Amino acid sequence: MGYDYKPFAYVAPPGLTAPEPRHRVAIVGAGPIGLAMAIDLAQQGIPSVVLDDNNVVSVGSRAICWSKRTLEIFDRLDVGERMLEKGVTWKVGRNFHGAEEVYSFDLLPEAGHKYPAFINLQQYYVEEYLVDRARAFPDLIDLRFKNKVTGHRDNGDFVVLTVETPDGDYSIEAEYYIACDGAGSPTRTRMGLDFTGQTFQEQFLIADIEMQDSPFGDSDVPERWFWFDPPFHPGKSALLHMQPDNIYRIDLQLDVDADGKAEAAEEKVIPRIKAIVGEKPFKLDWVSVYKFRCIKLDRFVHNRVIFVGDSAHVVSPFGARGGNGGIQDVDNLGWKLAAVLKGNAPEALIETYHEERSHGSAENILNSSRATNFMTPKTPVEALFRAETLRLAHKYSFARRLLNSGRLSQPCSLEGMALQTPGIAPLEPGFAMLDAPLRSAAGGETWLLSEVQGQFTLVGFGEVQMPVVDGLRRIGINQLETADFPHFTTVDGHGTRRYGSERAYLFRPDGHVCATFVAPTAHDVQAAMARALGAQLRQEIAA
Amino acid sequence: MNYSDDKLSPKQDDFYNALMDAHSGLPEAESHALNARLVLLMANQIGDLETLKQLLAAARDYVND
Ligand SMILES: Cc1cc2nc3c(=O)[nH]c(=O)nc-3n(C[C@H](O)[C@H](O)[C@H](O)COP(=O)(O)OP(=O)(O)OC[C@H]3O[C@@H](n4cnc5c(N)ncnc54)[C@H](O)[C@@H]3O)c2cc1C
Repeated sequence: MGYDYKPFAYVAPPGLTAPEPRHRVAIVGAGPIGLAMAIDLAQQGIPSVVLDDNNVVSVGSRAICWSKRTLEIFDRLDVGERMLEKGVTWKVGRNFHGAEEVYSFDLLPEAGHKYPAFINLQQYYVEEYLVDRARAFPDLIDLRFKNKVTGHRDNGDFVVLTVETPDGDYSIEAEYYIACDGAGSPTRTRMGLDFTGQTFQEQFLIADIEMQDSPFGDSDVPERWFWFDPPFHPGKSALLHMQPDNIYRIDLQLDVDADGKAEAAEEKVIPRIKAIVGEKPFKLDWVSVYKFRCIKLDRFVHNRVIFVGDSAHVVSPFGARGGNGGIQDVDNLGWKLAAVLKGNAPEALIETYHEERSHGSAENILNSSRATNFMTPKTPVEALFRAETLRLAHKYSFARRLLNSGRLSQPCSLEGMALQTPGIAPLEPGFAMLDAPLRSAAGGETWLLSEVQGQFTLVGFGEVQMPVVDGLRRIGINQLETADFPHFTTVDGHGTRRYGSERAYLFRPDGHVCATFVAPTAHDVQAAMARALGAQLRQEIAA
Repeated sequence: MNYSDDKLSPKQDDFYNALMDAHSGLPEAESHALNARLVLLMANQIGDLETLKQLLAAARDYVND
C-alpha cells in the first residue's frame, strides 16, 4: 500500500485578529529539521511557533537512510524507537562492477548498541512521527500549517515576520528566527546570501517501486546494492535500497544531456526497472529526476536569524548526509539556544553552533562531492582512472577501497573546538558518545545513551572521584554504590571497552564528550562545564 | 611480494581526489604526459628494480583481459 497522506488542519492564527505577544522562537518550515527543532526546544521547556507553507508531510520519499547517530538523537526526542520498529534495518552494502560483486562491507560488526548503523524509512513516516511527537506539547509547540512566511526583518534583539494564510496576512515577532525552510530557503534568498557551490551536471532518476518479491537474490535480507557499469544500465551507476511496506528505492545515473522530463515518464521508467528486477511484478510509487548540488552557507548564524538543515547546506544523497547532517544541527543548536534563552549562557554560545556545524557540514560536503565525482567522471582521463580502478578492484583490496559509492554519514567530531576542554582518553573530547548496554542496581536493563543525553552529565567509569557540581547530573558505572547518584554496571564489558576505566567523562546535553578526567575536582569539572556553556567566550568578548 | 596490502586507506579518498586535481583542466595529451612523468617519479621513489618489474607485470597482466 502506498502512503496515505492526511492533510493537517489549518487553523486561523490569532495574529489575524489581534497582535500576538512576542514569541521566544519562530521556526520557519516543518520539514524533519524544523519539527525536530521544535521538539528539542519543547523538551527543555522553550516554547516555539512553527510555520509551514504546506499542510502535508514530505511528498514522495526523499530521505530514506537514517544513521545510527540520527537515531540516537531521535531517541532523545522520543521518536527513535518508533522509527526503529517501522524501519528496515540493514548493515551490509555490496558494490558490483558489471555483474560481479567486487566489494562488500558490514557497517556495524560490533554488538552492544541500542541502534543499528542504518535504517531505511521513508521521510513521510519520519515527519508523521515528528508531528505526532510535537502534538504531545500543546502548550509549547504552536504548529501552524498553511502559514507561509513571506518577509522578515531583524530588529537587533527580535525579528518581525510577515505571514500569509488562506485568510490573509499577519505579522508576529520572535526573539529568534530559525530558518528550516529547506534547500530553496526563501529566507536565504531574501537576505541575499551567497549559496553557490558545485552543481553536478549528471542527472539521476530516483524511483520508488512497490514489489512483493525481494530483488536481493536468494538471501532476501535487506542490503544496499551499488553497481558501477551494470549490465542493465551500461556505463552508468545504479543503487538499490529496501524501505518498509515492500517499497524499493532505485537510483539510476542518467546522461548529462538527458531530457529529465522525458526520463521521468512511465513508459521510459518501467523498462529501466524491468531491466533490474526482471519479471517480478511491481508498481511505480514515485519517480523524480534530480540534479545534485553540494553547497553550504558561509555563516549559519546571522544575528537573530539562524539557518538549520538544508537551508544552511545541501549535499548529493550518496552517503546519506543531508537529513542526517541536519539532525546533528538540531542536536547542536537545541541545548545552546535553550541555555541562552533561560539566561544560563551568553548569547555568544550560539556562534559556536556555527563553528561546530559549519565544520560538520564541510566534512559532509567533502565526502558527498568526492563520491559524486567518482560516480560521474568528467574527462576522458578521469574515466580512464575510474575504469582501471574498477578492474583492479576485482583482485586488489587497495583498489576496492578506492571505489567510492558514498561514504556513509558518520557523527562529526568537535575535537579542538572552543567549548571542549582538551584531554586524552579512549574517547576524546569532541566525539559523540558511544552507546553501551547497562544494568541498573535493581537489575533493569538500560543504555548509556538514555542515561546521558539531554543534560550535562558526569559519568564515572570504575573507581574515580565524582564531585558535586551545581546543575550537573552524575552517574556511576562499575562503582561501589556508596554515593547518592544512580549506579549501573556494564553488560558484557562494552562500556569499559569503549571508555576505559578509572576515569570520568563530562558529556554535553547533545551527548558529545566535552572533558575527561582521571581525578576530577569540583573546580575542574565546574570549569569544564562553564567552558562548554561559553564562559570563555564571554571573557573574550569582555576583554 | 604482496600487492594486496592496502597502504592507502584510510586516506584513499584524499589521494584519489589529489590525483584527479593534478589532472584538472589539462588537455588529454597533457594528462597522459603527466601520467608518464608520475610513473617515472614513483619508480624512482620505489627504487627497487625487482619490485618495479613485478609491478609492471601486474599491470601488463590486464592487457587483452
Ligand atoms: C532524492 C533524495 C534522497 C535523499 N536521501 C536522503 C537520505 O537517504 N538520508 C538523508 O539523511 N537525507 C537524504 N536526503 C536529504 C533530505 O531529504 C533533506 O536533507 C531533508 O529533507 C532536509 O530537511 P529540512 O527540514 O531542512 O528541509 P525540507 O524537508 O525541505 O523542509 C522545508 C520545509 O519548509 C517549508 N517552507 C519552505 N518555504 C517556506 C515558507 N516561506 N514559509 C513556511 N514554510 C516554508 C516547506 O514546505 C518544507 O515543509 C535526500 C534528498 C533527496 C532529494
